[in-house]
Amino acid sequence: MKGLKKWRLFGLLAALTIFLSGCGEEYLSTLTPGGTVAKEQYKLLLLTSVIMLLVIIVVVIIYVLVIVKFRRKKVGENTIPKQVEGSHILEIIWTAIPIVLLLIIAVPTVSLTYELADTKAMEAKDENGNATAVTVNVTAKLYWWEFEYPEQGIITAQELVVPTGEKVYFNLKAADVKHSFWIPAIGGKLDTNVDNINTFYLTFDKESDSLKDGVFYGKCAELCGPSHALMDFKVKTLSKDNFDTWVKNMQATKGKKADKNSTDLGEQVFANSCISCHAVSGEGTAAIYPNLATFGDRNRVAGFIEHSEEGIKDWIKNSQKLKPGNLMPVEKDLNKGKEFTDEELDALAAYLMGLSVEK
Amino acid sequence: MDLKTKFTPQSWPAHPENATLEGKNKTLGFWIFLGGETVLFATLFATFLALKNKGPNGMEFSTQSLFELPLAFIMTMLLLTSSLTSVYAMYHMKNHNFKAMQAWIAVTVVLGLGFLGLEIYEFYHYVHLGFTFTQSAFGSSFYTLVGTHGLHVIIGLAWFILLMLRNSKRGLNLYNAPKYYLASLYWHFIDVVWVFIFTVVYLMGVLD
Amino acid sequence: MSSTAKKKGFGATIWDYLTTVDHKKIAVLYLIAGTLFFVIGGIEAMLIRIQLAEPNNDFVSAGLFNEIITMHGTTMIFLAAMPLLFAFMNAAVPLQIGARDVAFPFLNSLGFWLFLFGGLFLNLSWFLGGAPDAGWTSYASLSLASPTHGIDFYALGLQISGAGTLIAGINFLVTIINMRAPGMTYMRMPLFTWTTFVASALILFAFPPLTVGLFFMIFDRMFDANFFDHLNGGNTIIWEHLFWIFGHPEVYILVLPAFGLFSEIFATFSRKRLFGYSSMVFATILIGFLGFMVWAHHMFTVGLGPTANAIFAVATMAIAVPTGMKVFNWLLTIWGGNIKVTTPMLYGLGFIPSFVAGGVTGVMQASAPLDYQLHDSYFIVAHFHYVIVGGIVLALFAAAHYYWPLMFNQMLNETLGKITFVFFFVGFHCTFFIQHFLGLMGMPRRVFTYQGDQGWDLFNYISTIGAFLMAIGVILLVVNVIITAIKGEPAGRDPWKDGRTLEWAIPQPVPYYNFKQTPLVRGLDTFWIEKMEGNKEGMTYAEPISDIHMPNNSFIPFMISFGLFVAAFGALYHQDADKAWSLPVLIAGLAITFLSMIVRSLKDDLGYHIHKEELMNEKGGKK
Repeated sequence: MKGLKKWRLFGLLAALTIFLSGCGEEYLSTLTPGGTVAKEQYKLLLLTSVIMLLVIIVVVIIYVLVIVKFRRKKVGENTIPKQVEGSHILEIIWTAIPIVLLLIIAVPTVSLTYELADTKAMEAKDENGNATAVTVNVTAKLYWWEFEYPEQGIITAQELVVPTGEKVYFNLKAADVKHSFWIPAIGGKLDTNVDNINTFYLTFDKESDSLKDGVFYGKCAELCGPSHALMDFKVKTLSKDNFDTWVKNMQATKGKKADKNSTDLGEQVFANSCISCHAVSGEGTAAIYPNLATFGDRNRVAGFIEHSEEGIKDWIKNSQKLKPGNLMPVEKDLNKGKEFTDEELDALAAYLMGLSVEK
Repeated sequence: MDLKTKFTPQSWPAHPENATLEGKNKTLGFWIFLGGETVLFATLFATFLALKNKGPNGMEFSTQSLFELPLAFIMTMLLLTSSLTSVYAMYHMKNHNFKAMQAWIAVTVVLGLGFLGLEIYEFYHYVHLGFTFTQSAFGSSFYTLVGTHGLHVIIGLAWFILLMLRNSKRGLNLYNAPKYYLASLYWHFIDVVWVFIFTVVYLMGVLD
Repeated sequence: MSSTAKKKGFGATIWDYLTTVDHKKIAVLYLIAGTLFFVIGGIEAMLIRIQLAEPNNDFVSAGLFNEIITMHGTTMIFLAAMPLLFAFMNAAVPLQIGARDVAFPFLNSLGFWLFLFGGLFLNLSWFLGGAPDAGWTSYASLSLASPTHGIDFYALGLQISGAGTLIAGINFLVTIINMRAPGMTYMRMPLFTWTTFVASALILFAFPPLTVGLFFMIFDRMFDANFFDHLNGGNTIIWEHLFWIFGHPEVYILVLPAFGLFSEIFATFSRKRLFGYSSMVFATILIGFLGFMVWAHHMFTVGLGPTANAIFAVATMAIAVPTGMKVFNWLLTIWGGNIKVTTPMLYGLGFIPSFVAGGVTGVMQASAPLDYQLHDSYFIVAHFHYVIVGGIVLALFAAAHYYWPLMFNQMLNETLGKITFVFFFVGFHCTFFIQHFLGLMGMPRRVFTYQGDQGWDLFNYISTIGAFLMAIGVILLVVNVIITAIKGEPAGRDPWKDGRTLEWAIPQPVPYYNFKQTPLVRGLDTFWIEKMEGNKEGMTYAEPISDIHMPNNSFIPFMISFGLFVAAFGALYHQDADKAWSLPVLIAGLAITFLSMIVRSLKDDLGYHIHKEELMNEKGGKK
């Protein structure tokens, strides 16, 4: 009997796993965990789901029996049922069993709560005084994300690049209003408050180039204004070696600038209209507006628009329509009161697509 | 309820505030209301403690630099004494001695006005120094907590004064006895809140 | 004055309702106003679902969408669910405990008008520059940044209606403590009265933190205070705490009376006393108590640290125990009974599995590390709609059918009622079940649109279809009300035939003084006891017929509330430099309020008596 019960439980669990993992996309779904944190949370999801399904099954069995057995049609129009006061034994049973079930959930809950909050290793240093772990300072701003790597002295936006197979630590804060940092396939969210810095870690198990878009999807999970829905970011996970190379390439962009006198029309336009807000060197610290050093390597324009020259032009021309409330100036304000010519736009888009550290 | 019944100290019930159903309801309702008020002040205290001394970078104001215990102590004494005089008033109400009750309430009001005057002086002084409601989170939370108490004092005084004027010709009856009783209950509550303000805001502010 | 049967002119009827202090008429006012706001909130819900039916939809704009979701949540919680529950509390509770009225009839009326004027003020924001757009939670950093007056309407409107709610809560507490008929001990009170009692206590302790939070918001936005401005030392997390210290008990303020209603319905239509009455009472109190210890589970991702999260996680799980007790007690109430599946019972039977589903997802979210994934995703949206729609709205619909004959002496059409149920119930599960999976698949809540091909398209479409089914259900209910009103067949006393509690023992239409003679209560389910003993009158009396004291009608509650409504406009526009009229308006509004209050204090208002002879002659009595 006991064996049978275990088998049933196992069957239920297996069925649930198969059912759940059928749901959602690998780059986005919490049901296809791509890192230790998400996996632990997924296990908790399965555990709680199974226990809760058991509760539901018990309730439903009693419920169906009641409805089938005690309808007035069956019992008789004039029957007065026995007026039962209650039952102490039953009360004890349905108090004690739920308590046991809740304890089964509470133990892993508490231990995992502490485990996921353990960010002591952020401070660890090797013998040269360098931090042993990768730390990213995330700043959420009105509808875009800034990722600063303080140890490496580099900075990027909209697309987080991280190494696989190790704990990556995050310092989270918001620059204007509250947002929340969430990569569903990698792990639960943590709010970016305006008042303080929150820290946590995530791990990334696999390299993202095998995914549909080559990236994991990240979301803003706290209502932050009209374009909250469009405040997406992407996560590129690289092997440790590739990550180190990427960091070196980023550092190598030190001092890169758009030149007003360049022969490239796109670079000229950028130098005249864009450079006051957007840097093209990935070396440095936090800025006010998105860094574009890796623009050509990215997966989306402005977090959600198709990454193509057409997408860039659309964004420059219609940024307020596409992402209401964002802080990008309208086209005329960028170009001394005039719209860009088609030629200028084409060149600018081509220049932006060429901003790359990976090609 | 019959207003025409004339009471003598002998026929006057021992608990006039609870002698009618309306009176009973009012007394209970008011106690319950004070329960809600307690939560309200608890929330204000919690906020004050969270925002105490918090302000823009380099703010010069702090509880130590601002508050002066002697003034707060005098205010405390005024309010505590007024609580005592309102007890005398209630003592005379229970004995159906209308004139003495009115007189003691008048003393209570005078003491309350004294407290209020000192509080206004205190606020005026701080504003003069530049410590205003809008200057910092500390300022906002301080003025809101102490100001809400001050507002309660004003309401309590207005209540007492209205009662005294309204009933000066009518005398004491079972319709207005609960009202006097509740006004004095309110006054005690205000007093208790002040004791907490004195401790949490002033004493703890200056000492630690 | 003597009889309600007299035909009155339309104007006189309106005046009667504007000045009434009768709990039965105030119940009708709450019902009408609550329904109005429920329909408004429902239309907002439909706009949300239409917008989300397909990816990249542009049915409504991003900014407007945020206004709609904010108003949907705020309206449904504050202006629909609570008043509708107050409607049934007012209609039933005084009768259930054998009282002639509530303890404070004047305050009862004041509570209603404050709620109505607060609700109107909030909804006027649609026409005056834009509704609030920071979500019903109105988190401080976003709400301070919001450029329109929307948030000001939110803060001031909720402040006014919140005062009304607090007054109503105190009123019910005193009524239930002081006004019970002889023999109606605490442990003989019907469960709806018990849950009203506990919910009122929760109102008493939960609303002051909201009041304070809203004042901070008002001060910060309108008077340059710095409670939430972190650059001046403020802290936005304070708002989150205050909001949820109120917000979580609020859930129980709503759901406990719903539990009470279903407890009545299950017992009635199973012809069986409530199983485990005393443990039901205990569970109600325990839920109310624990409701105050768990607010931070709404803030697991705020970064309060692992210790706080762990404590609040475990405390939250604990609530599942008394709630589970209730579910099993309901099941055992029906077990061995004689079930008649009327429309209210049908809602009850629909409620059990729906609410259990909503409850278990609550336990899942209580597990803090799991909640890091679920929080602010569509899983949460699914969860709280399962609790609120599957628990509270089903209870409201059930109660509408159940108490309609008590309130209007008419029976809603049963067949149509059942059809309504089917549409609403199927639509509800169709809308929200699937949203659990949307959340797990990474869809955040409060998004005005989404990109296609993220695996969310189909489920969102199905969800929208469900919303339309629910809308059909609501329309059918309205149709049912209209048909019933036109037919106008009197339902008579004890129309369900299986009534157990005092409210069914009273003749129909209910006399305006309720009980000619105060009843003597001889046990739980008084009316049932009398019926079983063959007492045709349905009541044993505790007193001979004698004069009844009644309160006078008053227009003052309306004026007090109206004054605050006017003052709120002054406060709101005070911050605009170009509106010099705002300060006089603020002062004038407050003057109206305070003058009305002073008039009330200075006047002797002793009520009147219905004399014994009058009562003896009256037809509405026992025969």
